[in-house]
Formats: sequence, structure tokens, C-alpha cells
Amino acid sequence: MLNFKLVSGRTAAGRTNRLAMGDWFFRSAMYACGLALLAVTALLVVELARGARPSIVEFGFGFLGGTTWDPVREIFGALPLVYGTILASLVGLLIAVPVSIGTAIFLAELSPQWLRRPASALIEVIAAIPSVILGLWGLFVLVPIVREVVQPVLGDNLGFIPLFDGPRFGVGVLSAGLILAIMIVPIVTAVIRDVLLAVPNSQREAMLALGATRWEVISEAVIPYARSGMVGAIILGLGRAMGETMAVTMVIGNGFQITPSLFEPTHTIASAIASEFAEATTELYIAALIEAALILMVISLLVNIIARLLVGTLVRIPSTVRE
Amino acid sequence: MQLRGFNLLTGVKRRAWLLRLAVLAVMAVALFLAACEDDDEETTSSPTGTGTASSPVATDDPNVVAGYPRCAPGGSNSLAGAGATFPNPLYTKWIDEYKRACNVEVNYQSIGSGGGIRQITEKTVNFGASDGVLTDAQEQAAVAAGGSIMHIAMTSGAVAVIYNLQGVQSGQLKLDGPTLADIYLGNITKWNDAKIVALNPGVSLPNADIAVVHRSDGSGTTFIFANYLSKVSPAWQSGPGFATSVQWPTGLGAAGNEGVAGQVRQLPGSIGYAELAYAHQNNLAFAQMKNKSGAYVTPTLEATTAAAAGVTIPAHMKILITDSSNAAAYPISGFTWILAYQNQEDASKGKALAHYLWWAIHNGQSFATDLDYAPLAPDAAKAAENQILKLQCGGAACLTK
Repeated sequence: MLNFKLVSGRTAAGRTNRLAMGDWFFRSAMYACGLALLAVTALLVVELARGARPSIVEFGFGFLGGTTWDPVREIFGALPLVYGTILASLVGLLIAVPVSIGTAIFLAELSPQWLRRPASALIEVIAAIPSVILGLWGLFVLVPIVREVVQPVLGDNLGFIPLFDGPRFGVGVLSAGLILAIMIVPIVTAVIRDVLLAVPNSQREAMLALGATRWEVISEAVIPYARSGMVGAIILGLGRAMGETMAVTMVIGNGFQITPSLFEPTHTIASAIASEFAEATTELYIAALIEAALILMVISLLVNIIARLLVGTLVRIPSTVRE
Repeated sequence: MQLRGFNLLTGVKRRAWLLRLAVLAVMAVALFLAACEDDDEETTSSPTGTGTASSPVATDDPNVVAGYPRCAPGGSNSLAGAGATFPNPLYTKWIDEYKRACNVEVNYQSIGSGGGIRQITEKTVNFGASDGVLTDAQEQAAVAAGGSIMHIAMTSGAVAVIYNLQGVQSGQLKLDGPTLADIYLGNITKWNDAKIVALNPGVSLPNADIAVVHRSDGSGTTFIFANYLSKVSPAWQSGPGFATSVQWPTGLGAAGNEGVAGQVRQLPGSIGYAELAYAHQNNLAFAQMKNKSGAYVTPTLEATTAAAAGVTIPAHMKILITDSSNAAAYPISGFTWILAYQNQEDASKGKALAHYLWWAIHNGQSFATDLDYAPLAPDAAKAAENQILKLQCGGAACLTK
């Protein structure tokens, strides 16, 4: 009774005030959560830049163009790393994209309803395999196959192309690309599948009404509609591939060099950091590794922003158009 | 009748009870006598024990280590250290044994030599550990942070040259320093190169490419290996040089000893290097190396210990024992060091550290062989003793009786 009286005794203005207070509190809390993430990212960049300072001061822009990585004389240049990162990621993409597109089309357009869910789930399970386990598998299963089967076949028949001319160690850019492909297929597949499912059914129905075959529906109506989203998915995969560390470190061969051959051992930025950070003994050495990390972060951020923008253009289509 | 029966019963019971008591009494006396005998032994043996305690010969008393108490009187019961991964198995064993003996918790993080040097320079740990000696710049930084810093060798290790060559058994391949350097420089690319053939009469070497495998991560193993190549090859010295990681002119990199060993095992025609313990435990084929006095030596613990026996160990212990002149020495050997400030700011930590290290270079050495580490040679052990005696806690020696 007392409570009731107290509550009912409050004025309308007080009640609104109280509500406004709660609203304000809720909104601030949510803003704080959202901004915290941005702050973490900003802190990361600031901290990386701070750690990289000695190297930035010492090498300037020469760091980006330098090709020497000599810890003894403390001369560091990141070009072989940037090159290796991009090359390995592109090889990975080249292998992963056709597989992903095929799988996604199957899941979105062709798969019977009962298979769609379990198949999607299984593909996403691949994404959950720890990187180091894929790396071990790569080192002990994939690399021998590459060395004994893939490299002889490619080298003997296509050895005149510099891409396939080189020592047949097994480890190298090709193996790294294959491992990366396995690692990015799940994400690329999942995003492309969602993009395809977001294509309005009216598109398909219109094509079917014109007497088109299944193939024509997919190639003429669905894929053109989903194109920008698919490109976004691929770039998202690229972003992932560039940052991948452990598995790549184990199979890429870890050599600092710029070479056209896919058989040669190279380094990516991430693999170089993973390999060398623990025993980097001097200030400049550490700074150089941190600066490499900063470069990787900037590249990854750019790639991801582009990917999000491209995926975003399609996802914004109202879902009511579909069904 | 009832009463008598009861008495009778209790009588029987009492007799049984007495019997049991008698048995117990006999056992107790026997135990007491045995205990007395033990006491007698201890009392008779302890004078001789203390008598020899001042010499470095191990005494029967486990609480005395070469004249000093095993556990630090008034020392802290926790220590923190960080650094080299190479001696980690041995350090872990020491920490476990020492904790049982003295209840001192030593927290050692094997984050790599570079990390160890950083942490001791920042004084976040009581001791650092490194497979390489400090460079001048590193030493200056450490001295600026905490005064004179000391290298104390704890154990030594060797780097085995491992290979995968069809038809050539372990120990069959013989190499010398300049040839090994040429292989790693990329100047020798075939197994049947004249230089290798000349060292291996009677061994059929195939006309196959040499696949050079090296460490991709910075490591003490690389430090010792590259240091050896620098000593035996001017081209290597003016080229890659030596450090925990170097700019490799050729070959592929693999992470860790296990990575290099894995590559060499998989890749026909490959050559690599791994720490001796790893090569032994995994039955890898390893080469005999020609040492400075011209003898071919198989990497063994004895040959590793011998590497430090032929050379004069300076008081500061900053010495690389690769390419030892001792005829029995394996040439690619090196110490691993503990790094500590001579002047210990926290006296109780300093005492604990000094007594722990003292124990490690004496009793601790007995665990080395089992774990494939080479115990310190007598000269090196003496130098390490002198280093530990120099540790200062508040103006007095940290190591106290």
C-alpha cells in the first residue's frame, strides 16, 4: 500500500524524468560499448606506430622498398614480406574462389533442402579448425604431395613459365597458397551463399518464365545481381588470407626473397613476425617487425573496408522483395 | 557360573591382548634400535661431512653444496627468470628438484634469448637466460639499467649437422667447417661436389641437389652454428655473420628444432642443423665434423664438454667455445648463460638466486646428461663458481654460509 502510494504520488514530470534518465543511461552504456571497439583499434594503431618509431626514423619510406633483411647488420626492408604476403594470398584466392563459388551456388540454388543445412554447417566447421593444426597437416600431408606429385608435374610440363621453375622442396608459396585456400573457403562460401540467397526470387521467376534453363537462371539472373556482393566476399577472404599466420609459417619455407617462382621459400609479414619476434634482440629489429605489423594492419584494414562496402551494397536490399 | 564364565572369557581376551602388546613392544624396540642405528650413522658420518665441505667434492649432507648451504639463509622463496628456450628442459628439472629441496619457487619462462635479455634489462625478472653473449649495445643498456651484468654459464650444448642422403648412414658423412660454410653460402650445390667427395673417400655421394634447411625463428642454435661458420669461413664472416638470426644466402627456413628435423627427414638430399639432444632423441643421421686439430668428431656429450676443456675460460665467461682447439672437442658447441646483475638490489632475492645457481652448477649438473645436455667442464664450473661468488647483496656476498 505504502509503495503504491509512493509511486502513484509521483508527478508525471518526475516519471518522465526517471524514464529519460534510464534512457540516457542505456544509451551511454551502448555508446561506450561501441566506442570501446573503435578505441581498441585506434590504440592498436597508435601502439604499433609508437613501437615502430625507431624503425620509421631509421629507414623512413625506404623500409617499404627495401629488399634486405639482415638482423646482424640491422638493415631491414619489408618489400619481400609485402610481396610474399600478396603473392601467397593471391594464390590462395585463385584456388579458393572457384571452389567457393561452386559450393555456394550448390548450397543456394541446387542443393535439396535436407542437405543444405548440414552441408553449410560442415563447411563452417572447417573455419573452426585451429590454424596450427591445419599447418601441421599441411607440413606432413600436403607438402609431401606437393613435392612428389604437384611440383614435378607442373615443373616438368610448365617449367618454362618462371612461376613453376624452381627448387622442388614442397614448402613454398604454392603450399602456402593451398593451405590458405582451405582456410578461406568457408568464409568466402558462407558469404557468397548469403549473397545468393539475398537475390530476389522474382529474378529467378522472371527468367524461368522466359523458358530459361537452370544454368541460364544462375548465370544470367542470379550471379549478375549478386556480383558486387560476391566480389566483396572474395575480398573478405583476401583480408583473412593476408593475416593468416601459423599455418602459413609452417609451410611457406620462410625465406626473404622476391621471386616469381611459386616453388621458392618466401615469407609473409605475419609469418616473419611469428618466426622472428621471440628472438629479436635489438630495439631496431623489434621496431622493424612492429613496423611490418603496422603495414599489414593498414593493408588488412583497407581490404576489409572495401569488402564491407561491396557486401553492404547488396545486403541493403529489403528482404521483402524476396519470397 | 555366569560370572566365572565371564571371568574366563575376559581372561582369554586379556591373554590375547597381552600377546598383542608384547608383539607391538618388540616391534617398537626393533624400530627404536633401528632408528638409533640410523642416528649413530649420522652422528659418526657428519664430522667427516663437514670436514670435506669446504672442498667442492660433494658431501653426504644434502643440505650442504660445495661448502655453502643448499637453501639460502634468509633468502626469498620465489624467483622469476626468463629467456632461452634451448636449456628449458634442464632448467625445468632444476626448478622442480630445487623446489622440493628448498621450497623456493623459481618461475622460468622460456620466451627466447632475446626476450630474456629484454626482461633482465627492464628488470622485470631476477635473472635472464641467453644462448648468446650480450652485444656491446645490449650490455651498455643493461649496465645503464642495473649496473654491471654477469654471464654465468650453466651448461653447454652442441649443434649437430643432420642430413638425409640415401645410402649414407648416420656418422658416415664427414664435413669440415669451410665446406659446411660453402654449402650454407650456396657455393656448393651438389652432393657430389669435389670438396665433399675429397672429405669422404669410399662414400658414394649422389649427383643430387643439396637442399639447405635452416631455422626460420631466431634461436641460440643458430647463434652457435653461425658463430662457428664465421670462425671457419671468412666469406661467412663478411657475409651473413652471426646472431640469433641471420640473413641466409640460400635454403629454406623451418621453425624450431622440430621443424628443421621434420624438413630434413622428409626432404631427400637435405642438410640441416639441430641441437644435439634433438638429433639424438629422434635418431637423425648426423655428420662427423672436422675440428680445429684435424680430427673428425661425432657430436656427443663428452665431445661437447671437451669443447670447453681446451680453452682458457675468462673470468667474465663471455666466451664462445665454437671451433675449440681441444683434439677431442666437437667444434659446434656453446655455453648457455644465466644473466644476472652483480649488485642485487633486493637482498633476499639475491641470496635466493645465488644459492640456487650455486646448487645448479654443482648438484644440478648431475641431471644434465640424462636430458642430453653436456655438464660443465671443471674449468668452466670453477669460473661459474667465481662469478656466483661475486654477486653482491647490500655490500656483502649474496652466497653466505
